[in-house]
Amino acid sequence: MRSRLAILLTCLPLLMGAAPVKLAPGSSVPAMSRADMHGRPVDLAALQGKLVLIDFWASWCPPCIVEIPRLIAMQKTYGPRGLQVVGISMDDSAQPVRDVAKRFAFNYPVVLGDAKLGSEFGGVLGLPVQMLVGRDGRILKIWTGEIAPGAVEQAVKAALR
Amino acid sequence: MPQRREVTKLLCGTPFLARAARAAATDAVPASALLQPAQLAELLKADAPPLPLQVGFKTLYDQAHIPGSVYAGPGNADNGLANLKSQVESLPRDRALVIYCGCCPWVRCPNMGAAWDRLHALGFSNVKALMITTNFGEDWVNKGYPVARGE
Repeated sequence: MRSRLAILLTCLPLLMGAAPVKLAPGSSVPAMSRADMHGRPVDLAALQGKLVLIDFWASWCPPCIVEIPRLIAMQKTYGPRGLQVVGISMDDSAQPVRDVAKRFAFNYPVVLGDAKLGSEFGGVLGLPVQMLVGRDGRILKIWTGEIAPGAVEQAVKAALR
Repeated sequence: MPQRREVTKLLCGTPFLARAARAAATDAVPASALLQPAQLAELLKADAPPLPLQVGFKTLYDQAHIPGSVYAGPGNADNGLANLKSQVESLPRDRALVIYCGCCPWVRCPNMGAAWDRLHALGFSNVKALMITTNFGEDWVNKGYPVARGE
C-alpha cells in the first residue's frame, strides 16, 4: 500500500503535466528498461556497478552523429574496465535509427526513447545530452549541446581511476 | 572549424544525413528576422500575439512547448514541410508568425532554414524566427519563460 502511494506521488506531477524534476549531478539515475534495436533488454538497474554513459541522440541531430564514433571508440577502449555506453534515440520512429545503424557498427545498445522517457529524465529538450552515471547509480556529470572533443572521455577516465 | 569539417564528413555518408546537412542552413534566416527569447516572451503578452509554430520534432514538442504554439514540423522532412503548409494555408499571408525549434544548437538546426524557406514560398511576409542558441531547454524552459506540456 505504502509503495503504491510512493509510486503515485512520484508519477503525479508527470500525469498532471507539471514540470519534470530536473536532474543534476548527485541525482539518482531514473529507471529505464526497454528493448534495444535487436530486441534485447536494456535495464539501467541491471547496470549498477558499472560506469554508465547515457547518450540521448537522434538521426536528425548533426552534433549527435559526430558523437557516435567517439562513443564506439570509448566503449571499445573502456568497456573492459567497466564502462557501458547506452544510446537512447529520440527519433519519432525506429527506421531512421536503423538507417544510422547501417552506417555505424554500434557496439553498445541503442533503445528508442519518447517524450515520456525524456520527461522522466528531467526533460530532454534539445540534443545531444550525455549523462555519466557512477557505479552507485548517481549522476556524475551531464553535458548538453555541442560537446567539446575529449571532454567526456576525460570524465570517463577520471571515473574509472 | 575542424568540428564543422568533421560534421560534414560524417553527414555526407548517407542520403538522409546529407539532406539534414543541407537543411541545416540557418544562414537562410536574415538577421533582421531573428527574435531573442526575451523579445518573443514580451510579444506573446500582447493582445494580438504572433502565432508560434514549432518546426522541430514531436518528441520535443510533447515534452515542452511555447503555450499556444502549433506543432508544424519537422522542417527537415518532406512530410514535416507538408504539415507546416497544412497548419498555415488557411491563414492570411500577412499573419504574424514565429517559427522555433531548439532541437540542436542554432548553427546545427536541421529545421529552421527549410521551414523559413517554405513559409516564404507560400507567400507569408511577416515571419520571424526565434533564435535558440543552445536548445529549447537551456534557452527557454530554464530561463523561466512560459511552457506548456503534452500533445
